[in-house]
Amino acid sequence: MDERETPRGGDTVYRHRLPVRLWHWANALAVFVMLMSGLMIFNAHPHLYWGQYGANYDHSWLDITPGHLRIGPLTIPTPHLLGVQSGGRTVAFPPWATIPTHYDLAGARQWHFAFAWLLVVPGLCFLLWGLVRRHFWRDLAPGREELTPRHLWHDISDHARLRFPTGEAARRYNILQKIAYGMVIFVLLPGVVLTGLTMSPGMDAAWPWLLHLFGGRPSARSIHFLCAMGLAAFILIHLLMVVLAGPINEVRSMITGRYRLPREKAE
Amino acid sequence: MIRLSRRRLIGSLGAGAGGLLLSGCDKINSSPAVQSLLGLGEKATFRAQRIVSDRAALAPEYTASDMSPFFRTNGNRDPGTPEYDTHVANGFADWQLAVDGLVANPLSLSLAQIRSLPRRTQITRHDCVEGWSAIGQWTGLPLGMLLKQAGLRSAARYVVFHCADLSRGVPYYESIDLIDAFHPQTILAWGMNGQTLDVGHGAPLRLRVERQLGYKQAKYVMRVEAVASLAGIGGGKGGYWEDVVGYQWYAGI
Repeated sequence: MDERETPRGGDTVYRHRLPVRLWHWANALAVFVMLMSGLMIFNAHPHLYWGQYGANYDHSWLDITPGHLRIGPLTIPTPHLLGVQSGGRTVAFPPWATIPTHYDLAGARQWHFAFAWLLVVPGLCFLLWGLVRRHFWRDLAPGREELTPRHLWHDISDHARLRFPTGEAARRYNILQKIAYGMVIFVLLPGVVLTGLTMSPGMDAAWPWLLHLFGGRPSARSIHFLCAMGLAAFILIHLLMVVLAGPINEVRSMITGRYRLPREKAE
Repeated sequence: MIRLSRRRLIGSLGAGAGGLLLSGCDKINSSPAVQSLLGLGEKATFRAQRIVSDRAALAPEYTASDMSPFFRTNGNRDPGTPEYDTHVANGFADWQLAVDGLVANPLSLSLAQIRSLPRRTQITRHDCVEGWSAIGQWTGLPLGMLLKQAGLRSAARYVVFHCADLSRGVPYYESIDLIDAFHPQTILAWGMNGQTLDVGHGAPLRLRVERQLGYKQAKYVMRVEAVASLAGIGGGKGGYWEDVVGYQWYAGI
């Protein structure tokens, strides 16, 4: 970049600071392993409940049975996707989606609780850094103008037409990014961690407020699952957006920090 | 010449790549280096939980209105051995609990004697490692009281429970450390939901160690043994499921 005040399309700008990049990749690995080992743990009892207790004879709100997913009154056939045959038993999530691939609750728990450290320790460091260095205020907090329905609608329709910000406007996160990243950092990730702790009988003794917060262990298990599905949905959209917005430039910016601003369309 | 349609070719390439990926994952999972790294995580979790938990921190206790309408049974539901059937037939009148190992006074107690000792009643949540939870009321003898009566030797580090039920021909066994053994809610339960403990739930005596998962709650307890190390017990990992499928010995999470 030369002496110009504002960078333009085609300029390379420093976009992601080192702590953001470090956390992004540590977290990517952790969430990947947590999701897949979590699906294996879910396979051990593919039913979800609300309340203080919940077992086979109690009322569940979600079940995965051979070839079917039931959510409340809704039963959806899921052949070859959910409730499939593997190694002589029916598993809710198929082998390609789980760690380990074949039914192994003990192994999945070993992966899940080891990688929980990779989720929590870098996560807490990132949270602390973001607060102290005001990353969250500067880069993630939506401006008042951005939250007006007009602006939101404008961004949504631009995204739907795959028209992404260019030039100087691409330097900062747009409002949909801010909402998505904010949800992940302040709702979904704290949600999975706290509900995860609530499922631990040892932690329920140490920190009884966890159970009051979520209304019981089966409720915490349900919320844990929903947060995890929220993270999975985020990852799908996130990866799709990276591909659509130019995967090489995007991935490079998350490795080196340097991002080439997309050129303005010729007008 | 074998002619492959494009769709079949792409399909089999996809399946091949998928299979390769899955077997790659299996290789990573079975690597000893990976497993020892995961083992470090397990140790860290155990230590961290012990650091943030007061030794006497109580598992949540519930009210009668919170109890599961039906408390399911699981694992072994009836030992079914000739000796056990004889005990059931005469109401456990000749049954004896042995307390031995690293104790000054080995004990042998009848069920009537155990029931006449001080008792604790608690409504607690039973969490299966598989993910379900059930709330029930348990009545029994605090284990710490029994161990004090037997006079635990200073070399003792763990308490092992030997059971009457066989899994794959092996009597069930479990173990806990002394922090959990002397925890106020750790009891040898002989009553459940206001009734005498039934066969499905572990009659005549079942361990309740409320800050851990279901597989630690040994049913059909016949013998309580104090030991210095778990090395000589079963496969050495401290419990039946720990030895057979690798469940974590510390089941507080």
